[in-house]
Amino acid sequence: MPTLILTDVHKSFGTNPVLRGIDLTVTSGQMICLIGASGSGKSTLLRCMNLLEPIDDGRIELDGIDISEPGYDPQRVRQRIGTVFQSYNLFPHMSALENAMLAPRRIHRQSREEMEPRITTLFARFGLADRMHHYPDQLSGGQQQRVAIIRALAMQPQIMLFDEITSALDPELVGEVLDVLRQLRAEGMTMVLATHEMGFARELADTVCFLHAGRILESGRPEQVFVHPQQERTRAFLSRVL
Amino acid sequence: MPSRRQIFESRQRRRANLIAASSTGAVLVALIVLVPMAPGWDAVQRSFFNAEIFARTFPGLLNAFLLDIAIFAWCAPLIAALGLAVAIARDLRTPALYPVKLLAILYTDIFRGLPVILVIYLIGFGVPGLGLPRPWNSPYIWGSLALILVYAAYVAEVIRSGIESIHDSQRAAALSLGLSSSDTMRFVILPQAIRRVVPANMNLFIALQKDVALLSFIGPVEIFRQAGVYKSLLANFTPYVGAALIFLAITIPATRYADHLMNRQRQARS
Repeated sequence: MPTLILTDVHKSFGTNPVLRGIDLTVTSGQMICLIGASGSGKSTLLRCMNLLEPIDDGRIELDGIDISEPGYDPQRVRQRIGTVFQSYNLFPHMSALENAMLAPRRIHRQSREEMEPRITTLFARFGLADRMHHYPDQLSGGQQQRVAIIRALAMQPQIMLFDEITSALDPELVGEVLDVLRQLRAEGMTMVLATHEMGFARELADTVCFLHAGRILESGRPEQVFVHPQQERTRAFLSRVL
Repeated sequence: MPSRRQIFESRQRRRANLIAASSTGAVLVALIVLVPMAPGWDAVQRSFFNAEIFARTFPGLLNAFLLDIAIFAWCAPLIAALGLAVAIARDLRTPALYPVKLLAILYTDIFRGLPVILVIYLIGFGVPGLGLPRPWNSPYIWGSLALILVYAAYVAEVIRSGIESIHDSQRAAALSLGLSSSDTMRFVILPQAIRRVVPANMNLFIALQKDVALLSFIGPVEIFRQAGVYKSLLANFTPYVGAALIFLAITIPATRYADHLMNRQRQARS
């Protein structure tokens, strides 16, 4: 049962504080949506969770182990936490299938024959069986983002982080990516999303956190945060985006 | 039935071609008429463009050029390997390997800062001067080493610029899959970086093809030296013209090919 517990996490870039004391608990099977204006710290928070950014203060525990301890091997954390980015970041010199197979092959030392069936199944599950051998520049944005999700899932992570994964997509392609998230949600995947898709957050999240200036100003069930926000800033934000 | 625009454009094109052709023709005629009017033309023609000497020396020059090709052929792979190693060494982030990084920086600074001919002299005359036994005193070995050291420094810089041109998000994506930083470099960054700098490296290898001739200063009788021998023997400069033509036969197609690659890359990226 993976749980990720953040306690009083601080992070600055130079003299610019981005996270100013974040407390957050991600329990197994939960889906948490982070909402808030650009620059409120959502992306940085996700990057801190998989140790792409070292934190300045506070702690991050994964199953009771303090992974934010300086010197802790970040590779072991990242192998258990999958991340999908706004701009897909597929490797352009590899086919979709090779993108998905690189990390399992190098880290689990599995042969191509051993893992190809498992990864092919992933492509089939998300409707990309006929696109496996295409290169990223031969795929639409929505397809590329779905491949990026498959690439992260190929490592069989226990937690998935999604950093505004639909923000770079044309509106008509957003749906196919959100469907993948719905599918993962139904399978019980533990997920943390930074998102601007308020309707989606309201429909599926267990917990919605509103970030403002590096703090979680308000969090709770979606119907509570969206319908009866307690904070003036939350109300102002929601009235701008809804 | 062509449209009005098509008619207009094809007329424009014909006009442009006509102007280009007639101005080129005018320049050519001027050259052909004016150059032979120069007072020394007869002497120049006799000593540089002597058909009989050209025919006599050309096969020998071609034969000597095989040596240039051989030197190029064994230098090029070693340059590529050393250049890649130095580029990677310059990008090391492990503190324990800092001396290696420092050495790589020093190396590129020194060998990019020296004239090729000077390095060839220093290594080509200096090292055999240590009194090494045959075959270790061969100018082929030390001359080639000089070329390899100089060119690998340039190749390393080109590859490093390629590595730096890969957006950091690629690194972030690879690392967040749990890949180690060396796997990230090997499977994600380098394959993209090297592809990106192929045209720039092509230009370096074309320059190398020409600089192989510099080895003649320390002994090997390659084409430039062979042309010099013929010149002394026949008291005529035509062999140099022959050597120039042989070089151009290789370098012009190679340059065109590099340009073609670079154009294709520019189009692919825009």
